[in-house]
Amino acid sequence: MFDEMLGDNETLREPYAKYQQWIEQEDTKHLNKKATEAEAFFRRTGITFNVYGSEEANERLIPFDIVPRIISGHEWNKLSRGIEQRVRAINAFLYDIYHRQEILRAGVVPAKLIAQNEAFLPQMIGVSPPGGVYTHICGVDIVRTSERDFYVLEDNVRTPSGVSYMLENRETMLQMFPELFSKIKVRSVSEYPKNMRRSLAACTPKLCEGKPVVAVLTPGIFNSAYFEHAFLADQMGAELVEGHDLKVVDGHIAMRTTRGFKAIDVLYRRIDDDFLDPLTFNPDSMIGVPGIMDVYRAGRITIANAPGTGIADDKAIYSYMPDIVKFYTGESALLKNVPTYRCAEKDSLTYVLDNLSELVVKEVHGSGGYGMLVGPAASKREIAAFKLKLLDNPENYIAQPTLALSTVPIMTKKGLAPRHVDLRPFVLSSPNRIQITPGGLTRVALKKGSLVVNSSQGGGTKDTWILDE
Amino acid sequence: MLGKTAAGLYWMFRYLERSENTARMLDAGFRIALTRSTAAEDEWVSVLASAGSHNSYIEQYDQIDAPSVINFLLREKNNPSSVMSMVETARNNARLVRTALTREVWEATNECWMTMKDLLAHPIHEKELPAVLRSIRQQSALVRGALHGTMLRNDSYDFARIGTFLERADNTARILDVKYYVLLPSAQHVGTSIDNVQWETILLSVSGRSAYHWLYEGETNPVSIANFLILDRQMPRSFAFCFTKLAETLGYLGEDYNIEHPCQLKAEAMLKNLKQKTINDIIDQGLHEFIQDFISENQKIASMIEEDFRFYG
Repeated sequence: MFDEMLGDNETLREPYAKYQQWIEQEDTKHLNKKATEAEAFFRRTGITFNVYGSEEANERLIPFDIVPRIISGHEWNKLSRGIEQRVRAINAFLYDIYHRQEILRAGVVPAKLIAQNEAFLPQMIGVSPPGGVYTHICGVDIVRTSERDFYVLEDNVRTPSGVSYMLENRETMLQMFPELFSKIKVRSVSEYPKNMRRSLAACTPKLCEGKPVVAVLTPGIFNSAYFEHAFLADQMGAELVEGHDLKVVDGHIAMRTTRGFKAIDVLYRRIDDDFLDPLTFNPDSMIGVPGIMDVYRAGRITIANAPGTGIADDKAIYSYMPDIVKFYTGESALLKNVPTYRCAEKDSLTYVLDNLSELVVKEVHGSGGYGMLVGPAASKREIAAFKLKLLDNPENYIAQPTLALSTVPIMTKKGLAPRHVDLRPFVLSSPNRIQITPGGLTRVALKKGSLVVNSSQGGGTKDTWILDE
Repeated sequence: MLGKTAAGLYWMFRYLERSENTARMLDAGFRIALTRSTAAEDEWVSVLASAGSHNSYIEQYDQIDAPSVINFLLREKNNPSSVMSMVETARNNARLVRTALTREVWEATNECWMTMKDLLAHPIHEKELPAVLRSIRQQSALVRGALHGTMLRNDSYDFARIGTFLERADNTARILDVKYYVLLPSAQHVGTSIDNVQWETILLSVSGRSAYHWLYEGETNPVSIANFLILDRQMPRSFAFCFTKLAETLGYLGEDYNIEHPCQLKAEAMLKNLKQKTINDIIDQGLHEFIQDFISENQKIASMIEEDFRFYG
């Protein structure tokens, strides 16, 4: 097991050297008190997420751990090159798949996988988004297994969340441990909202005149990520709108203001494709904007991320990502994919059936851990039951080995203790550049030995430090 | 600015103002109950009526006593006019308009809500009441301070102020509406101790007791109290003061937006009317009618504002 502070064999790794010097001088009790202070800080700022159905506790905090996750500048440079390559390929893939579909003709990705995929939107065929950008904002989930090995777990290219935690975690650390930041040079993340606004404004439709008007579309105050929507709009200096604030006026999407209707050029939407336009997609959607797809097709608004990007982070497509990178960039993928067995293929299915107790089996279109088998944690009976489901419809499943995720220490009552982590860096794409904020959201499984980092299942977050060297 | 955001700011500050005023009325009622036990029940009825909560109280309780009234007005979940409910509504509006507030204003509002939730988690015993009320006053002062100290003087600030002054004018009018009769000149009561108590409560309910004595040099009489609350432009809770601010703020918005809305003209007309009147005119024409008329005009101007600035559609 690889620990990012102590390596494989309890020898302090270089990126943590200065932090180690500092924490040796600190008292555990005092640090635990600081952790309580951090919680109060988060509550006051209102960085909470809503939980449906429970009246009293309907605003919860995601636990924050005060020990930073530290990544060297060198490691980061390597990572960000890989991420940039991947995001470029994904954008090229999306353009291709909604236009000439060269990659299907070349037989690199099976056509069946696209045509039968719910995440593929026929309404986007032939539509060119302003500036050719599909994935304006994405959050690539990365895990580490050793000194050298990083794997991409998921490419979140729909509406990834968590960036407000990246920013507020840093803010909290700056307030609580200012002395640490004068000892250790950490690259700043605070330019993210400004960069995001610039990046979105650079994707404005050609028909837009004057300074681009940017707005953030939220499902509303009861959405679990509402805090983040409001936070980003505030930090970008953009209006935070809901569907009922918008309508089509003179061929533009316009928001109802105190001075009448005002046209919007770029809409950063935090609602799913399906709810975007009741006239085109789900007719029952109350949170979308009727007619927005017509305005979009007429080239009068930029929707970020573009509708239909979900086809690129589909689990079935994921396994082809190394080929996709190679096809569009001509280079081998710098970041590794987790080896994935497509149960649709006969040899793979045989292997998966023989090794169920060691594999993680996922539904191709599932998310959030539903309909999943975690082999090493499952009972014989569960495995037998899953086997039947798998045989019944093998095309619906992929399988992956369980990865030994790296650990990073967290602060407990008894002092530092290792816990498993993942990392979600945030990537901004505009026609001319791809920008990766040096840092990201580190999610940490707070339970000893647990590999589940999801906040809905008891995971927490950490500040992520990229050393400035 | 979005119409929805303007509405959110306006309601956020209406609710904050109203919760603070409810706390103030409770304070006055409690003081009377402590010092004049015979007048206590009447006083609680007045407090409930001024807070617009008398009917909903009667639906839930059989009798009027201090602990029930205090808890009903401070923390009853089923009472949308309890301090806790109103602070919660104010904070929900603040969440809605988070982008129009500075971080300081948002945090002060959020802390106000957290403090209230904590303080009002359990029934309030009489002996805790003064400390609780003090804390409510302090928390709302912090929000107001953050507003004044950190917000740009733009339309966000204007809508917050409009909500504040409309609500405050309405609250003062309601206190007077319930108690107007004690201010009517009547040979029978003048100088009796009952009246003095009532006069004092009115002044306490608007946090104006010492200001009044300062201005009117210790001479308490009903006509000058009515003048103080209605026409005195130095008194920050009087009709005239609130309308000066309201007309001024609507004027800033008009200038900013380069349009003179009907609500602005209406506010200016109402202010002009207040400036031209003396307190004796008002009493001669009927104090009660004047107050009721003011309350209904106040509601009209509120709907005009909602329409002129496209709050809801």
